[in-house]
Parts: sequence; C-alpha cells; structure tokens
Amino acid sequence: MTMFSSRSWREYPQRYRLEASKFKKSGKTYFPPRSIDPETGDTEQEMVVLPDTGKIVTYTIIRVAPGMWGDQSPYAIAIAELTDGTKLMAQMTDVDVETVKIGMEVRVEFRRIQTEGDAGVISYGYKFVPKWY
Amino acid sequence: MAGIVGYGAHLPRHRIKVEEIAKVWGADAPSYKKGLMLREKSVPPPDMDTITLAVEAAKNAFRRSGGVNAADIGAIYIGSESHPYAVKPSGTTVGEALGLTPHLHCADFEFACKAGSEAMFVAMSHIDSKAMKYAMAIAADTSQGAPSDALEFSAAAGAGAFIMGSENLIADCLFTHSYMTDMPDFWRREHEFYPQHGGRFTGEEAYFATTMGSSKAILEKSGMKPSDFAYAIFHQPNGKFPQRVSRMLGFTQEQIDPGWLAPRLGNTYSGASPIGLTATLDVAKPGDLIFMCSYGSGAGSDSFIWKVTDRIDEVRDKAVRTHKLLDENLTYVDYGTYAKYRRKIKKNY
Repeated sequence: MTMFSSRSWREYPQRYRLEASKFKKSGKTYFPPRSIDPETGDTEQEMVVLPDTGKIVTYTIIRVAPGMWGDQSPYAIAIAELTDGTKLMAQMTDVDVETVKIGMEVRVEFRRIQTEGDAGVISYGYKFVPKWY
Repeated sequence: MAGIVGYGAHLPRHRIKVEEIAKVWGADAPSYKKGLMLREKSVPPPDMDTITLAVEAAKNAFRRSGGVNAADIGAIYIGSESHPYAVKPSGTTVGEALGLTPHLHCADFEFACKAGSEAMFVAMSHIDSKAMKYAMAIAADTSQGAPSDALEFSAAAGAGAFIMGSENLIADCLFTHSYMTDMPDFWRREHEFYPQHGGRFTGEEAYFATTMGSSKAILEKSGMKPSDFAYAIFHQPNGKFPQRVSRMLGFTQEQIDPGWLAPRLGNTYSGASPIGLTATLDVAKPGDLIFMCSYGSGAGSDSFIWKVTDRIDEVRDKAVRTHKLLDENLTYVDYGTYAKYRRKIKKNY
C-alpha cells in the first residue's frame, strides 16, 4: 500500500521534524499532533520538537513484509519512549533484528520510508537506529 | 571574510572490502590495494540517499554552530552527482527537514566530485556580499560504479555539511581560487545509470593538472607555502592520487593524514574533500592553517585556505567526530548484499 504524496506532504512537520503538540492545561505532549487534548478538551497548544533519542519499550519483527518493504525483511518495528516520555513508533534500520531488545537505546534518523516504484515520489521520515555514541 | 560557523559529517555504517568485490570479478585485490591504496569503502543501505545523508550531516553542523537560528539561514546548496531526483531539488527536502523553509534560496549543484565545494564557495559569497547572515552548504553523494569497473572499488557514500557565516567562526576562509577547463575525463549521460571514464586519461591531464593548477594559483595568490599549513586536504578518488599530488606540491604525509579518508572510506565524490575537512577540523588547533583543494571531473578544482579559530576547542565534541563514524560500529557486507543495496540486481519491482 503506498501513501499518497499529498498525504505525505501534509504530514511533513511530524514526519520530517518530529513536531508534536503540547497542551497548555494538561502539559501533555501528543504525537502525532492533535488539535484537541482528548482528556481536557483544551485547544490551546504549542508546537514542541520531540527529542531524538530514547529506549525501546516494545517491538515486533516483520518477516513477511508487505509489497515494497519485502526487500528489507526481516526488520523490526519498535515503540520507543523518548527522553521526554513521549512514545514513538518507527521502523528500525541499520540493525540485526536478532539483537533488538526491550531497553535498547535508539536514535532517530532521517531515512527513506517508501518509494512509489522507480518513477514515483520518494517519501522520507524517521526511523530508529541503535544509539552507539 | 566569510567562514565556517558549524560543520558536521555523516557516513553509512556498512562497508565492503576490496577483496569481496575482486573475488566476484576475478580482479587482483592486492594490486588494487597497493596500486590505488583502497582497502574498503562505505555502502549506503537502501533507505539512505544523498538527501538523508545531507540531513544528518547538517544536524551535526547545527550542533556545532553555537545555536544558529534556522530562520536566519538564507540559502541551502547541496552539491552531489547522485541527487535522488532528476527533476526536484534535494535542497527542498533537506531544507524542510531542517526547518529552514520557506524564506530560503535553494539550488542543487552538479559538477562531478566538486559539486560540494561549489556549494561552499557560493554559500560564502552570499555572506561576503552581506546578502544573508548564514548559508548552508552540503556535499553529499551515494555514488555508483559500474559492476567490474575500476570505479566499483571506490564509489562510496557520505556527506559533509557547513553553516557559513561571518561571526562566531570556527574557521575563517582567508582565500579561495577556482580553476576550470573543458575536460572529457568522466561523465554520465542522461538516463544512463553508471558513469563512464577515460581510464588513465583521468590522471595526469585531468586530476593532477587541475589540482596542481588550482593549488599553485591559490598559493601564489596568498603568498603562502606548503610548510605554512598544519593540514591539507585534496580530492580523493582513491588513496593514491591525493597522496601523490600532495607530495608534488610539497606537502607531507602528516599534513594530509587526518583528512585522507579514501583508503577506508572510498571515494565519496562530492563529499570527498569536504568530509576530509570535517575530519581535519576535528583535530585542528586554534590558529592552524588548513589547505583544501577539491577536484571535479569535467574538470575543475576549488581551493580554499582556512584559518582555525579558538572556537574549535568549544565545538568539536558537540557532535560525533568524523573518524568515529569512519572507524567504529561498522558492518561488513558481502557482494550479494552490496549488489542488492545498490540496486544492481534486475528484478520486478
């Protein structure tokens, strides 16, 4: 399943720059950004940029990948808790999937996420890589 | 004069050894290792390209910039021979990812292996003309060499990024000089996947004549001599050429060592001398003079003389050092994996 380039474009602030919404009343940060705080109904918010490091809290390994990701299998999809407490889900890259474990420190890197064949738009965004420095 | 306010590099972690390529094509690995002084090269995985390398290198440049505001950057120039799109700039994506848009001038540069130094040259011109406070110049490539061609042993990937400005400098640019002639030594026609080259013709008449022409001119312009410099960086299509041209000019091995990355990194094309500069700044001391001369087939060389400032000691460890990316956390791949990563295998997509 490919993502339409128009949708990808609308999500650049979050996909490219990890921009999240932080609500004034609750002080809670949501990613992807939300226009209304689901707990308080508050709409007053500020944009915050998420930190780029965290630790894996859970993951799964994809061995039979859909369509365009087939060449990359096996790969891990992980949820990491970033240093500000926000949880973020992303594909892992530059890692042997057998070494992925809960608690592993990761860094967010800018990578290709998908391409619409050889002629279509290339979609970019964030992935996790093991934090080694 | 303009200079460098922040610098950074990014390299893939994957490497392939010369022996691994040689055994597939029946080539003599020891002769490549000795003759061209190449041991291994970097290999970009499928989700890494010129744009992603540029973004990560630029983030490291921001980390060393002492808090440059993204909105104060007036231009982004990316030099590469492997822009992911034939039509659609790399700079728009990189600028967007770094938060520099929308009030920004953008252009992708192309001049074989000197596209990156062109970007640096033009970015500094904007600073000198006071058209803007800061300008971003990035040199990045995921270069391709045709299977079994000599270039396959060297074509590598990496990026170096520089924020140019006029205050709070890490390195002041004292002199520049550009030298260019029409030289058919290396090219890639439109719609062709791999570049072609003139074999031995790429040496004396092309690389050496152009590098010498530019280097001698800037030495004359500046009134300086090789022994005045702490370090020197030359374009490195292999390990041997920069070593030889540095000796021809009167530089020593010790002067080129920090920025002489090709034996372990390969030829990062547009990235080669700019990444060499990042590795050299990582070890430079305040007051050091650094000589730099790029080379791009076609053919031309941009030369720069940099003077390192006191600020280097403050910023060098604000981001990962280039030699750490070169030496640590490496994964060696076999030729099959390399061929898959570089899309050298025909399949139905």
